[in-house]
Amino acid sequence: MTTPIEILKKKKQEAIDRIYNKTYFSDKVIYVGMASCEIAAGAKEVMEIFKDAVKKGQITTYVTQRGCVGMCSVEPTVDIVEKGKMHTRYIKVTPDVAKRIIEEHIKKGQIVKENVYFGSKQKSIVICRGAFCLNQKTEDVIEEIEKEIKQRNLQDKVELCFSSCIDLCDEGPIVIVYPENRIYTNVKVEDVKLIIEQDIINSKQAEGVNVLQNGYFKFIKILGDYKNFKRQKRIVLRNCGIIDPENIDEYLLVRGYEALAKVLTYMTPKQVIEEIKKSGLRGRGGAGFPTGVKWEITSKEISDEKFVICNSDEGDPGAFMDRSTIEGDPHSIIEGMIIGGYAIGSSKGIVYIRAEYPLAVERIKKAIEQAKKEGFLGENILGSNFSFDIEIRLGAGAFVCGEETALIHSIEGHRGMPRPRPPYPSIQGLFNKPTLINNVETWANIPFIIISSAELFNKIGTKTSKGTKVFALAGKIKNTGLVEVPMGIKLREIVDEIGGGIIEDKKFKALQTGGPSGGCLAEEHLDTEVDYESLTSVGSIMGSGGMIVIDEDSCMVAVAKFFLEFTQNESCGKCTPCREGTKRMLEILTRITEGKGQEGDIEKLERLGNMIKKSSLCGLGQSAPNPVLSTTKNFKDEYVEHIRDKKCRAKFCTNLLTYEIKENCIGCGACKKVCPVEAISGSPKQIHKIKQDICIKCGGCWRVCKFDAISRN
Amino acid sequence: MARLITVYVNNKQYQVEDGQTIMQALDKLGYHIPRLCYHPKLSIEGACRVCIVEVDGMRNFVASCAYPISDAMKISTNTPELRRARRDIVELLVDNHPMDCHICDRNDNCELQRLSYAMGIKQRHFVGERKRYQKDVSSVAVIRDPEKCVLCGRCVRVCSEIQGVFNLSYAYRGFKTVVTTAFDIPIAESVCSSCGQCINVCPTAAFLEKNYTQELFEKLCDPGLIKVVQFAPSVRAAIGEAFGFPAGISKEKETIAALKKLGFDYVFDTQFGADLTIMEEANEFLERLKGNGKLPMITSCSAAWMKFMEQFYPDMIENISTCKSPMSMLGAMIKTYFAEKIKVDPEKILSVAVMCCTAKKYEAKRPELLVNGLSAVDIVITTRELAWMIKSAGIDFVNIQPEEFDNPLGISSGGGAIFGTTGGVMESAIRTAYEIYTGEPLMEIEISQIRGMQGIKEGSIELDGKKINVVVAHGLGNASKVLEIIKKEPQKYHFVEIMGCPGGCIGGGGQPYAGANSIPLDENILMKRAEALYGIDRKKTIRRAHNNPAIRRLYKEFLGKPLSEKAHKLLHTHYSPKYPKGIIPKEMTLR
Repeated sequence: MTTPIEILKKKKQEAIDRIYNKTYFSDKVIYVGMASCEIAAGAKEVMEIFKDAVKKGQITTYVTQRGCVGMCSVEPTVDIVEKGKMHTRYIKVTPDVAKRIIEEHIKKGQIVKENVYFGSKQKSIVICRGAFCLNQKTEDVIEEIEKEIKQRNLQDKVELCFSSCIDLCDEGPIVIVYPENRIYTNVKVEDVKLIIEQDIINSKQAEGVNVLQNGYFKFIKILGDYKNFKRQKRIVLRNCGIIDPENIDEYLLVRGYEALAKVLTYMTPKQVIEEIKKSGLRGRGGAGFPTGVKWEITSKEISDEKFVICNSDEGDPGAFMDRSTIEGDPHSIIEGMIIGGYAIGSSKGIVYIRAEYPLAVERIKKAIEQAKKEGFLGENILGSNFSFDIEIRLGAGAFVCGEETALIHSIEGHRGMPRPRPPYPSIQGLFNKPTLINNVETWANIPFIIISSAELFNKIGTKTSKGTKVFALAGKIKNTGLVEVPMGIKLREIVDEIGGGIIEDKKFKALQTGGPSGGCLAEEHLDTEVDYESLTSVGSIMGSGGMIVIDEDSCMVAVAKFFLEFTQNESCGKCTPCREGTKRMLEILTRITEGKGQEGDIEKLERLGNMIKKSSLCGLGQSAPNPVLSTTKNFKDEYVEHIRDKKCRAKFCTNLLTYEIKENCIGCGACKKVCPVEAISGSPKQIHKIKQDICIKCGGCWRVCKFDAISRN
Repeated sequence: MARLITVYVNNKQYQVEDGQTIMQALDKLGYHIPRLCYHPKLSIEGACRVCIVEVDGMRNFVASCAYPISDAMKISTNTPELRRARRDIVELLVDNHPMDCHICDRNDNCELQRLSYAMGIKQRHFVGERKRYQKDVSSVAVIRDPEKCVLCGRCVRVCSEIQGVFNLSYAYRGFKTVVTTAFDIPIAESVCSSCGQCINVCPTAAFLEKNYTQELFEKLCDPGLIKVVQFAPSVRAAIGEAFGFPAGISKEKETIAALKKLGFDYVFDTQFGADLTIMEEANEFLERLKGNGKLPMITSCSAAWMKFMEQFYPDMIENISTCKSPMSMLGAMIKTYFAEKIKVDPEKILSVAVMCCTAKKYEAKRPELLVNGLSAVDIVITTRELAWMIKSAGIDFVNIQPEEFDNPLGISSGGGAIFGTTGGVMESAIRTAYEIYTGEPLMEIEISQIRGMQGIKEGSIELDGKKINVVVAHGLGNASKVLEIIKKEPQKYHFVEIMGCPGGCIGGGGQPYAGANSIPLDENILMKRAEALYGIDRKKTIRRAHNNPAIRRLYKEFLGKPLSEKAHKLLHTHYSPKYPKGIIPKEMTLR
């Protein structure tokens, strides 16, 4: 009898053949990033231009898409891969740039310098940093290469990049040198010197180092550059921005469904659960409940039917980890869910995804269809006795439906409102059956753990938090985007090294993590490690992965107000503390920002906040006061200034501003003309005056004054 | 018996049974945790958070109504932080509530008032914006006032879980959350059955009956009108509660006296109407048994049930008895037979009914129940409204001198009295049908199979060797269950009694509010009210409707015999399918 592993091997070979038929014989491949964010930045138009050029016969190139690599600030991105040439990535590709790429790069081999991100130097060294080997040896080699380049002052000649898994896992560490595309295997630290001296400097194959023979132009795709990706560790996002998410063949190529085949061939459900438990993986939706324990509880329930749910109701403002993961690598989630179903004895999975994610919905739908067609879903998966199927349910756009009991109500067809727990869904969930709910990121970790072993996963991170965490970096930071970092990394490293610091080099003020349920951390907390417990101890939460950098131009009272406005609007209205309490907190915050704050308001906010935290029905309410409580604690001075001095130091709260005309006014009258309420008086060429009791603080005069004669304080 | 576990409440050690919630255990130990959304008959909502307690080892407070008690649990019920949290939660409800207690219908009988007092809210810290809504006064029976709503959700749950009507739900989010109908349509256009159970369970005045007392007070002073009133059996079984009497004491004669003092010229008994209903219904049943009409026959006395049936089970109309309700039959007799008797133009008669029921207000307005173009009943007020009128008119109900019903429509059998409780119509009908069919009186006159508060009660009786299967359901949710059985097994029952409200009329939506130390829909109170009616039955010498001399005279002088043409014209009616917004006729779904 053929085992699932053998069936998978056959399928993989077929997939490789299909891909090679399509791409290998074409000597150029263009990859266009096509996730929602890239499309919003204009990727679709860019894609059309490339496709059009192919159609018209202008170029003979294979054009394909991939998910989001996480470089939001520079999208759309386009990679050009060509045999015997540098692997080039272009950023901020507008239709015009795309046309230039066709004309200059593809047709004539000249790099479009203005938009190149990497691949414009003479040489590049690409190190395979695929998720599955993540070993220390590779890290040591990387360090050595970096050192060598610096010592020899080769920065202008060579650049250092990382590739995704190239499926030579037994032969790592792997170093690839471009443009020759030489693949060195089993590279040791001592070998680095040889590669640099012979290959980089002299463009000869390095002697004394293992090299893969017969010109291996395989499925190598570059993840990103050294600077951006050095501190990242990509497990969840291992395939995002690498594979074409709409092509199951590409997923198979990157060891897709191998974990499933492994589980079905060699492991009992109990062993799978043990493995997940051993890995130390905790729920990535925010609460951080040990995943293996959850699986175990659900597996022990005896029931005629059980369900597996993927919670893809990502709702935090500014967070897009789950969306990008589904858009970039939908099969990894499906694979995780099938393994979950096998472990707990369920044959029915549901992906609950918000309707506001049309592309993600489309991609997961397509992926489910493909998986069904290939026999990864359905009856007797890979020839085993196990059957599992997945359907999709769309959320109607309620934030609270990310809460598991509300999500279950929503699937059942009721209004999405949470209910008290216990009973927990593991015992009594969807249609009162035992139900295993995990979020997207958690599911995406599963295939990795199964393939690479729990021990390897467990090595990453801190004592209580294992593995990696995906964050959506946003706000006043240079490199906004999606990053995946090992647990235990310091917040400062994310902000300064990966994020590249604050825009315009302004002063850092706060870091907001965990979305509306999280808190605002101050400068002094930046040395906190990313870890469930550490973040909670300083007043924020890990949350699902939103991370917003706030600079000196933002008012912390207004930030707190923004988040509270969100939770107040999204409160399901069921329990009193959340429904009524957040409204009162919002009213107090509003009056503070309007200059009507009263003595005692901070105490009222804290009194209400602590009560709501401890008394609310669900996680939404219990965490809703966090943005306020963390700011009244960490940024109390700003509150006091607003209330006592009626001043907003960030000059954000309009009502607290005073506009005054200074001595250097030349009396041009521009301000007078623009003032909508006629608060400005003054004869021509005389110093004008603003009547404070009439001024509505719109700032029109201040903006229009060309002589810097109006002060704004 | 469940396992005993040891728990600590405020540092005192207790043994309690496992497998219950903290609240259930604490109730038995004598700690009454304040509560609002909790109701023992409804599912656990856990919404109001008033019943929070502190449990050692738990980061947050837990809602005692929802959280299971467990061994070695250490519970605190009154720590300063907990007291403050509870107080603040109730204040938040008060802050979003109109501060108009002194002009509110629930003044002095409001759970929010009581809670606010118990929590010691002496000042308000968080006053802010208050929600504003229009009252929905569209319905002739049930008024909705969302401004008074504290969103405890009891109405939502009673309407869906007990009544199976699903007319109410939450809509919108956050501060704008409101309990409303589907599509936010007026109650009058909705599937509301008018049962009024939402009023019964509402802790505040967010639901009220449409009040007709002002109109009635005015009409009572109109010298041109003959004022005639009838009141339902369950009114006498419950009205005492509104005056501080314990539940279960019949105040029949006191109610008559009070109505006289209010200015009514004639006080008649709906129980007479009940006896009349039995005469018609028992005969109708026997006709159907002979093959003239569809079986099982289902009773039609309950007004909420009739509207419910027309909307949700229109395909069962043929099974419904064509008999009007006792109220409408008596109303019809008042406007015809009685008018003739006292030689008065029926237009000059003001026919009033005091009912335990809000749906009767709806029934009275049904056009198909007009008698010679006149309303059989002009005004329906509830037990609650009558109690208020008595108080408002300064009538000393507690010490009032009892009086008797007027003739000829004031004499009733014991069978008429038990109409007010679940199973009563069936029991009375069997007493009469048995005797008509067999020619012999039924000796075992009290049919215990169909008594009691069980939701669905089955029984059987032999009519000359023919086994007749009956079933009794109360509460519209139970009614649905029975109807679904009938749909599957049409032969299973011969005769079905359905009452719209839990407990039957005694639990009607117009009965006095639960007082300070009781809960609405309390089964013990319902049973006491039922017992009051069974007591009336036992004390009567005439316990069978057909033995009621006044009924006999009515047929002899006026109607002829049961099911006669005249009887059909005045005492029977017909029902037709209703499709309020949101209900799609079956024909249309077939497509």
